[in-house]
Amino acid sequence: MESGNPVRIRVKRKTFPAIGGRDENTVLRDVSFEVSPREFVVLTGPSGCGKSTLLNIVAGLDTDYEGDIDLGAANPRMTFIFQTPRLLPWRTIRENLMLSLPDGDPRQNNVDAIIDRVGLTEAKNAYPERTSLGMQRRAALARGFIQEPDILLMDEPFVSLDDPTAQGLRELLVDLWNSRPTTVMFVTHDRTEAVMLGTRILRLAAGSASIKGDEGVRLSPSDRTQRDKVQAELKRIFDSTPET
Amino acid sequence: MLPARKLSPAGATAERLLWTLASLTTLVALWSLAAMMSDSRHLPGPMKVLEVLGQEFASGALWSNMSITLVRVACAFFLAMLIGTMIGIAIGSYKRADQFFDSWLVLFLNLPALVIIALSYVWLGTTELTAIMAVAINKIPNVAVQMREGARQLSRDLSEMAKLYNFGPWKTLRHVTLPQLAPFAAAAARSGLALVWKIVLVVEALGGHATGVGHQIHAAFGNYDVPTILAYALAFIVVIQIVEFGILQPLQARVMRWRR
Repeated sequence: MESGNPVRIRVKRKTFPAIGGRDENTVLRDVSFEVSPREFVVLTGPSGCGKSTLLNIVAGLDTDYEGDIDLGAANPRMTFIFQTPRLLPWRTIRENLMLSLPDGDPRQNNVDAIIDRVGLTEAKNAYPERTSLGMQRRAALARGFIQEPDILLMDEPFVSLDDPTAQGLRELLVDLWNSRPTTVMFVTHDRTEAVMLGTRILRLAAGSASIKGDEGVRLSPSDRTQRDKVQAELKRIFDSTPET
Repeated sequence: MLPARKLSPAGATAERLLWTLASLTTLVALWSLAAMMSDSRHLPGPMKVLEVLGQEFASGALWSNMSITLVRVACAFFLAMLIGTMIGIAIGSYKRADQFFDSWLVLFLNLPALVIIALSYVWLGTTELTAIMAVAINKIPNVAVQMREGARQLSRDLSEMAKLYNFGPWKTLRHVTLPQLAPFAAAAARSGLALVWKIVLVVEALGGHATGVGHQIHAAFGNYDVPTILAYALAFIVVIQIVEFGILQPLQARVMRWRR
């Protein structure tokens, strides 16, 4: 995406049909925004506000909605890092990374380097289920970055990890992103994580969500590792309009 | 009571073998005892059966009958696995197909083997193909049911992953779909082999084939020749156990080796 067109998202309405005794449920209404190239946008909001649904729409996994998505290029390279690692359990970690690229693709030559970089050198020939969840998430992160994507979508990739492990993975993500900045849309309900990672925070309201906050994050890379600066910025962004 | 001991894997295997050996020895001893107390024409002892087995082996009859039956077993087995797998995946993947064909499956599952065998010979005549078809048709519904279960449990998460990482149809089949079905196929194969080899003997006996273990047992039955019946039964059990432990179990262990 050398040209640098923004990603334009316009979702007029996304409704889940009534199923199993649940009423019809409109999760997204009039959600429109643009993401500039190499911007790290964090989508945040209470659970059930439709942020994962929005990501699935951008990824093309969910095509049943009113609106349109303009990815800014004819065929951008898009990668999704899921809420669960979604590695193939019957293939080793290294095989999982190799398989995520077409056979003979030059990017396959970088697989061992990125495995070393995310600290999986010892575990690369292990089956995913024989490693810890933290290691599986590292592998999923490596699988995402090895694609060298134009657009990187991430759906709460660090949930259900203990704090130090999650923190280690966030630092790894920042490190990977700094060495190859790419357009990111990152979904989380964790405000601290949002402020630490994002260059911009979009807040979705509960219910049939629309955007209720859109703020740039004013932190330098070194500020992001300092707890008090992160907390101060968190206060500034989120206290202007309290969570409902 | 002795305190429980921790055994090394090798020790555990040795202990299991010991138990099996003790249990089989007891069975043979009971058999000998029963044979001594009854009319030897109705229940010959182990030595007599071994003697007949030796004669059949020496004359070449054992090998020729056994090999022809095993070829029939193999053909019917692979045919049933292939067709049953295709049917199972099709109805497991498409809800409409499942709703429509479910009653057919129930019908075929409950159709007595003897009915399928009899009708096969009536409709197709006594040919080699009939024997194989009759056995395969008996087995196909079981394979289909197990593979349907596998297809129903295919992970949506992984197919989305395959889609977003541009796996394409061939890579998806090989690395995403088939590994998920492999445990079901392995279970179907093991339960299937047990079924196929039992039915193949009935088919051979009823179809008037002039060869095969089933024919041999049928002929022996006509002469009240119990030692021959037992000799062939024994030989057959040994061969099927070799297939089970030598091929099927290692295969199953291999497809499951990634499990925690």
